[in-house]
Amino acid sequence: MNSSDVGVNFSLNRVSAMVRRYWYLLRSSWPRILDLIYWPTVQMLMWGFLQLYVMQNGGLFARASGVFIGAVLLWDILFRGQLGFSICFLEEMYAHNLGNLMMSPLRPVEFIAALMIMSIVRLSIGMIPVTLLAILFFGFNLWSLGLALAAFFLNLMLTSWSVGIFVAGLLLRNGMGAESLAWTIMFLFLPLTCVYYPVTVLPDFLQYVAWSLPPTYVFEGMRTLLIDHVFRANLMLEAFVFNIVLFAAASLAFLKLLQSARVHGSLLQEGE
Amino acid sequence: MDASTPPAIALERVVKFYKSVAAVDGITFRLSRGSITGLLGGNGAGKTTTIAMIMGLVTPTLGTVSVLGAQMPKERYRVLHRMNFESPYVGLPMRLTARQNLSVFAQLYGVVETRERVAKLAADLDLTEFLDRPTGKLSAGQKTRVSLAKALLNDPEVLLLDEPTASLDPDTADWVRERLEHYRHRHGATVLLASHNMTEVERLCERVIIMNKGRIEDDDTPQRLLERYGRETLEEVFLDVARGRGTHRKVAQ
Repeated sequence: MNSSDVGVNFSLNRVSAMVRRYWYLLRSSWPRILDLIYWPTVQMLMWGFLQLYVMQNGGLFARASGVFIGAVLLWDILFRGQLGFSICFLEEMYAHNLGNLMMSPLRPVEFIAALMIMSIVRLSIGMIPVTLLAILFFGFNLWSLGLALAAFFLNLMLTSWSVGIFVAGLLLRNGMGAESLAWTIMFLFLPLTCVYYPVTVLPDFLQYVAWSLPPTYVFEGMRTLLIDHVFRANLMLEAFVFNIVLFAAASLAFLKLLQSARVHGSLLQEGE
Repeated sequence: MDASTPPAIALERVVKFYKSVAAVDGITFRLSRGSITGLLGGNGAGKTTTIAMIMGLVTPTLGTVSVLGAQMPKERYRVLHRMNFESPYVGLPMRLTARQNLSVFAQLYGVVETRERVAKLAADLDLTEFLDRPTGKLSAGQKTRVSLAKALLNDPEVLLLDEPTASLDPDTADWVRERLEHYRHRHGATVLLASHNMTEVERLCERVIIMNKGRIEDDDTPQRLLERYGRETLEEVFLDVARGRGTHRKVAQ
């Protein structure tokens, strides 16, 4: 591996330059901002009304107020976190600007840091209004989860960044041929991380897979909190350990893919 | 210049294979500091790969590439802030204004007093009036000027140019050449220019390296190349090399 890719001289100045670049882009285009809010709102409303209907039938869901809306909001944090990261990266490919960046003193680790910050910025623009709408429409206050929400958020963001970093590596190595992965890869997590149902619903062999994915712990933890009113810190710690492993593996894969892109000349070809 | 000072750019027996195809096949050259050199060759001659290896975007299969004494790509972060490049094939974000693009890159290159630097370059390159327009709404000539400003933001000691006047009208192209000459004389920068425009190379370059099928076919001053091939223009020399008549004509001389 090329050691200079890791970059010991991390510069916050260069990271802030990149954040500024994405902020200029975001604020210059109202459809980009609308896109951040539109789909999470539609999802939240659809699942919220479905939950209202199910709750009227009593049983478990009568006690589990907000479990669907909570799931959909946390899922959006995971999904939109990765999408925000990947879209910012794709913007450079759309603009044919990667050559300028790769030739500049910007280190890959600084580039990634800027993308991580922008994924939080984009997520905040999209999700904060939606959480307020959830209070307005369904009386579900995600913010009332307090410390648990912080733990959920941290773990979901770590997973979304890991996936985003891996996808960025694939884009560097394979060009726009890997673009569709940026949009769809997270959907693999939707059934396996048990967003809307408990892990026990899965067949035994898939439960092993589910428990190897950090978001599963978050969604299980959310259900325990909303149904049984118990915050299981151990689940968050286990998710965190898995996330550290996932983040390290994704970073390593990114550096290997970047090295491979330099060998195969892929950095010269931003197209197909 | 101190004899111990490494050359601005040095390639030593550089080979680059893409799978089984040799894009660059054992080239060696050194560019002294402050020199301006043209890299000529037809499509697929290996110019772009050569420049990409100098920039650290492509790893050579064999041989070594160094810039200002740093091995590329391994030690590129030692020197990237002292280099820059311009190519019409590499864009700047279209929705950002020219000023926003330049200020972002100024910050990336660690330029102090960014605002003043951008204003000065804008004045030098006649950019001031459209500095606050989105880059995507500028004409080809205006975009080239913005790209050139980006390439000069950090006062680079090594400037790599890939067809800097492609798709420009003759007047704008001439204007760009004039600015490049001015910059080089004022800063003593080393310039490597890949171009298909022979008039441009004849006017700007004191040395010409001609590549064909990944190899260096010839390497000399424009005047000596014309004499050796018995031609009036570099374009005729280029055609001789590209069509495999180079060796024949040189022998005939």
